[in-house]
Amino acid sequence: MTDVLRLDGVTYAYAGAAAPALRDVSLQVGEGELVVLAGGSAGGKSTLLRVAAGLVPHFHGGTFAGRAVVGGLDTRRHGPGELAAVAASLFQDPETQVVLTTVRAELAFPLENRGADALVVARAVEEVALALGIERLLQRSVAELSGGELQRVALGAALVARPALLLLDEPTSQLDPVAGDELLWLLRRLNEEWGTTVLLAEHRLERCLAHADRLVVLQDGAVVCDDEPRGALRWCAEHAPVLETPAARLLRRAGLGPPPRGVREARATLRAQGLLPVPAPPVQPGPTGRSVASPWRRRRRSGAPSALAARGVWQELRGGPAILRGVDLALQPGERVALLGRNGAGKSTLLRHLAGLDRPTRGRVEAAGRVALLLQNPGDYLLAERAGEEASAQALRLVGLDHVAQRDPRDLSGGERQRLALAVVLDGPPPAALLLDEPTRGMDRGAKAVLIDHLRRLAARETAVLVATHDVEFAAALAERAVLLADGVVIADGAVAELLSGGWHFSTETARVLNGAGRALTPDEGAALLRGNLSMLEVSSEP
Amino acid sequence: MIYRRRATPLHAARAAAGACWCLALAAAALAFEHPLVLAFLALGIGVAAVGAGAGREVARGCLFTLPLALLVAFVNPFVVRDGLTVLLRLGELPPFGQVDLTLEALVYGAVLGVRLLLVVACFALLAAAVDPDELLRLFRAVSFRSALAAALAVRLVPVLARDARRMADAHRCRSPGAARAEHRLAVLRAATTSALDRGIDVAATLEVRGYALPTARRSRGPRAPWSRHDLAFAACAVALVTLTVVGAVLGWAHFAPYPALDATLTPATWALGAALALAAALPFADRRGVAR
Repeated sequence: MTDVLRLDGVTYAYAGAAAPALRDVSLQVGEGELVVLAGGSAGGKSTLLRVAAGLVPHFHGGTFAGRAVVGGLDTRRHGPGELAAVAASLFQDPETQVVLTTVRAELAFPLENRGADALVVARAVEEVALALGIERLLQRSVAELSGGELQRVALGAALVARPALLLLDEPTSQLDPVAGDELLWLLRRLNEEWGTTVLLAEHRLERCLAHADRLVVLQDGAVVCDDEPRGALRWCAEHAPVLETPAARLLRRAGLGPPPRGVREARATLRAQGLLPVPAPPVQPGPTGRSVASPWRRRRRSGAPSALAARGVWQELRGGPAILRGVDLALQPGERVALLGRNGAGKSTLLRHLAGLDRPTRGRVEAAGRVALLLQNPGDYLLAERAGEEASAQALRLVGLDHVAQRDPRDLSGGERQRLALAVVLDGPPPAALLLDEPTRGMDRGAKAVLIDHLRRLAARETAVLVATHDVEFAAALAERAVLLADGVVIADGAVAELLSGGWHFSTETARVLNGAGRALTPDEGAALLRGNLSMLEVSSEP
Repeated sequence: MIYRRRATPLHAARAAAGACWCLALAAAALAFEHPLVLAFLALGIGVAAVGAGAGREVARGCLFTLPLALLVAFVNPFVVRDGLTVLLRLGELPPFGQVDLTLEALVYGAVLGVRLLLVVACFALLAAAVDPDELLRLFRAVSFRSALAAALAVRLVPVLARDARRMADAHRCRSPGAARAEHRLAVLRAATTSALDRGIDVAATLEVRGYALPTARRSRGPRAPWSRHDLAFAACAVALVTLTVVGAVLGWAHFAPYPALDATLTPATWALGAALALAAALPFADRRGVAR
């Protein structure tokens, strides 16, 4: 197999950085492979992709040692423009990856830059649009597209010249579970049908490991594991459990093996052991179409005052659609609620209304006190040069950041910046409710666990917590109640165990493996269920 | 002011024809001072803005320029000493000296303000309804980097506007007890840093899309056949330029503000005004095949 990408002893430090971002990295990626890059934040994944794209060192400067060869081109002699004929890149933020104003122009741009003939450009644009299902967007202005559509257009611009190597940096981080799954299936198809080699950096391994040929783990800029998925999962179980996928952890904790690459393999293992549960019966809807009585509904009926409530909230755009359509939602003090729904369902709009940033066109919002809102981009909150100037010492202590008070917020990790922004909105009297909009975007599992811990502690102080998220694993670990929004309407509202256990997209990996049995959402809950079933099997098989 | 694809004749026309037509309208507004001709032009541009579905964008552009137009209209009587019809003697007014407000200076100030608004309206129409990507393609062969910088600036404007809105929202979300960085300087610094970061991200994207390659200059877009709208806008642009040149040379719209107002209304003035308005509105009469 020919190497499309070959790194030999690459060490790289950004200009002015105290430590190198990559340390003596050697890696070969063969033609037609789909390789996943994993590791914690600031582990070097994005830098490695930028090396392969030629942006390091040509664009970012810094100190570069070693050798990187992409499609036979040495990156020391060939810049990103020349390498673009071989390697196409898709970074995290689609907003900055679309440079022209219409979709057709954006798709044509890379080929036009190479001086391609007009007929070739026109044909390639049509083909890539059809392959990605964006042919109806061709005449649209990019300003009108949703985040998911923009991501597809950016992917189209990357693919239009049929590159041999596709470099992707967390391409699903802004997508809902459905759109994220679609994108990954699309990558697999391109990989299989076009033979495109794919190098994909991703935090949520459960999303992509089933499609991968290899998993490469980076830690502090060094490759610490490079193996096929099962071998890599074994390595993770031993050396970096935080990287383990929920399905792999489920089977390991249940004492079963081998580590599965995805839901299908996990189910096959369970089936072989006679442990695959039958699908759980669907939840019986209540009189309002919602799930059956649950603790907070009982509390609501008992007349306990809500910390925050939306009463028939509508948001109707002038000359446009209704974003929210009569939303009724009440949060009790100390309640932890996950707000789920696909891109464009109205989650962020609802949070803005609940926090008083926008006013409903109909209906009202009632709050028992201050409502704190943490918007998607924590960087928007951070204006000072020292963390200690952003929030009080007490607030920093509350989120476990008192030790960084003297540091520049820009030097903090993604997780720390998120918590610093949280300290900014929490500073002062305790809020009646805390709302968070996609707080785990680009966060590794370790940072998510820390955030969950802080949110649980806040809830224990009677602050209602509402989190809008696409990350169902995070929702399952944090929330006790889940609300599903679609087209501005609450279509389901129930216990998180009920809502996230019976579905496919809005469901944790553990629940999908177990068919929703026992309403188990996390690997620990699932493993306990399996161990119980195992012991029953052993008892029944005794003579 | 962002270009949005709409089903209108101007959007359906090729960028070259649309841009020439907009520029010809602006040239007419710059060439004539006669109030009647300007009124006809304003009518034509208004009809065109509505016809192009860009009435709101054009109105916003005019509203944005209105303070400057009013300033021009206001300052002119103070700095111009011509004009025979004195409306008010203000005496010594530093730094202007002896000031007599005259009808002629007032009217001419208003004419200057209106012309400014009309030119801005034409460019607002161009920005809202002429495809900037096609324009980039047109100019890249002449001055590739300048054209690209202009196109990117257009692209960055909405991105930065969204960033600024987000930062303002984040500012509103800061708790009342937080150590607020209220100073405008801090917000400005953060916004500048964000703009630089965004610029770097966009530049990185351009690098990997191969814009710096020498082949980029040679590239041309597909050659599409001339549609009825291309022909209509091109013909009207030619008509506008011809009317402007002929009208100006033959003095069909004679207007002399000083020393006494002289705005002769001849049949030629009426005809010129009506023809200019017609050339502005006519391309919107045919709406066949406007959807793409």
